[in-house]
Amino acid sequence: MNPSIEERYPLAFRLYPYQKNADQERSNAVRHPVVVVGGGPIGLATTLDLGLKGIKVLLLDDHEGAGAGSRALCFAKRTLEIASRLGAAEPMIEKGVQWNIGKVFHDDRQIYEFNLQPESGHQFPAFINLQQPYFEKFLYDAIAKAQSSGAPIEIRGKNRVDALTAHADHVVLEVMTPDGPYSVAADWLVACDGARSPIRTMMGLSFDGRVFEDNFLIADVRMNVDFPTERWFWFEPHFKSGDSALLHKQPDGIWRIDFQLGWNIDRKAELEPAKIRSRVDAMLGPNVEYELVWTSIYTFQCRRMEKFRHGRVLFAGDSAHQVSPFGARGANSGIQDVDNLGWKLAMVVKGTANETLLDSYSTERVYAAEENIQNSTRATDFITPKSEISKIFRNAVLDLAEKVPFARPIVNSGRLSLPSIYDGSYLNGADDIQLPRRTRPGSPAADTPLGEEWLLAKLGGQFHILAIDAEVPETLSIASVALSTIMLSSTGNAALRERYLGEAQSAIYLIRPDQHIAARWTRFDEVAIGTALLQATSSPENL
Amino acid sequence: MQNLKTKPNIAKPDDVYEALIAAHSGLTKDQSDALNARLILILMNHIGDEVIIREALALAQSSNRDMK
Repeated sequence: MNPSIEERYPLAFRLYPYQKNADQERSNAVRHPVVVVGGGPIGLATTLDLGLKGIKVLLLDDHEGAGAGSRALCFAKRTLEIASRLGAAEPMIEKGVQWNIGKVFHDDRQIYEFNLQPESGHQFPAFINLQQPYFEKFLYDAIAKAQSSGAPIEIRGKNRVDALTAHADHVVLEVMTPDGPYSVAADWLVACDGARSPIRTMMGLSFDGRVFEDNFLIADVRMNVDFPTERWFWFEPHFKSGDSALLHKQPDGIWRIDFQLGWNIDRKAELEPAKIRSRVDAMLGPNVEYELVWTSIYTFQCRRMEKFRHGRVLFAGDSAHQVSPFGARGANSGIQDVDNLGWKLAMVVKGTANETLLDSYSTERVYAAEENIQNSTRATDFITPKSEISKIFRNAVLDLAEKVPFARPIVNSGRLSLPSIYDGSYLNGADDIQLPRRTRPGSPAADTPLGEEWLLAKLGGQFHILAIDAEVPETLSIASVALSTIMLSSTGNAALRERYLGEAQSAIYLIRPDQHIAARWTRFDEVAIGTALLQATSSPENL
Repeated sequence: MQNLKTKPNIAKPDDVYEALIAAHSGLTKDQSDALNARLILILMNHIGDEVIIREALALAQSSNRDMK
């Protein structure tokens, strides 16, 4: 076998150069509690989350850092909230471009404008635009910081997994390095190795769904223009550069341009810089100077694995589910996978929950993946109508949207990426319908200002009891799970009242380590909390 | 069918039917298709109730002679 580890793509940031490690000298595989495969945003975030929880974690990546080129771009509010819990959000906000206004054009006419400005009283904006390599670098920087504070994280660059043997209570990996192969054993493996997941292939698992018969050209261009920081989307643009077109701002004076090219195209000819320039020129007008920074042609697929847990192997991010980019539900949903998986895997590794808790990761995130696939399929069907009649209706919506308000919400160039609410999850406990619907069990806790601070900054990482206008003991240990309590007064805090109390006099919330609501009551009841806690950890026999 | 009106509901059916056909007069097939699509969307919005719209879809589907 050729021991060279070829780079499949150039790097934007070399973050963890290959170093020979002690495991390579051993004849038998050294066993690790958790191995993460893949150094993309999902692998890095999983590693960081587990490491911060004190779980010994090893990340294997066949590259040495963040790949160059444009992939994920729009990072949603929930992703920033999760990154904040992981200590990585600040540089993202600083570097990212915040935007709220989207304009939709048909031919040469603006037909619709939307404002994503969320309600006030949230720490993070609806979206930032940030190139994926930066997102990865900021996660890596947070990992390096956590390592220097003692988090048991190890990253091995240019370590490529070439084979996997699954056993009942562990997996064994054959890992190739520039110094040749060695073996690693893992109690738990988290496969974050992308849409073409080699791990999934090695395990012979299926990845079914739908391919959209269309090609999209990405051109990232650097230019000095004073276009507003808005998302502009054209259906059937007058400049004829594609069946649809998108213009969106990124950091560093770079703009993302997308053209819909159709199905039967000559990829090679379309990627000729002169051809790309003719499309971009037509869009921007004759006197705009720009530099092509990155170009690629891609097709869309919407598909998922049947379940995301297979014994000791857990799939997260694109390896488990893939969506079209309209609606920003790729990386954003992957980060929610991380959020859901981290605390469950940590509890199982620490022995405070039964491993059946990990089945709920699959259940909850399959549910979310279905929602994301549905949303992204609907947007793609609107942008790329699949039949003659579908296109007739699409254009009827666009024609009407220009004149009458009712048709505007039907125009779909990608919906706001919102976190999934785990309605009906078997981890959800008691509910009290006097309390506001938006914070029902299964929902991610809504952020709320607390003076100069924010509610979400106080939640997460472990189970919390949030008591509003109610007295509860300062510390609680129920069923051997440590609970932190937060007591808040709704006096003078309209947002807190509206989001958590409604018409009720007081409220008690049990909140999971991923900031999702597990159960809630209008009065403190320690026995009820214990029952809900057992349910939320899905392992009563252990506690 | 619980919500969808299936009994006669138009006072002067001949007038309304004539108006529908007249709206298409002189249009090409493409223009007629587009007009029909806009009309359906406008009426769907006016109805608003998803249950009624789904019942109407089901009735229209069951009345298609080409579908078994």
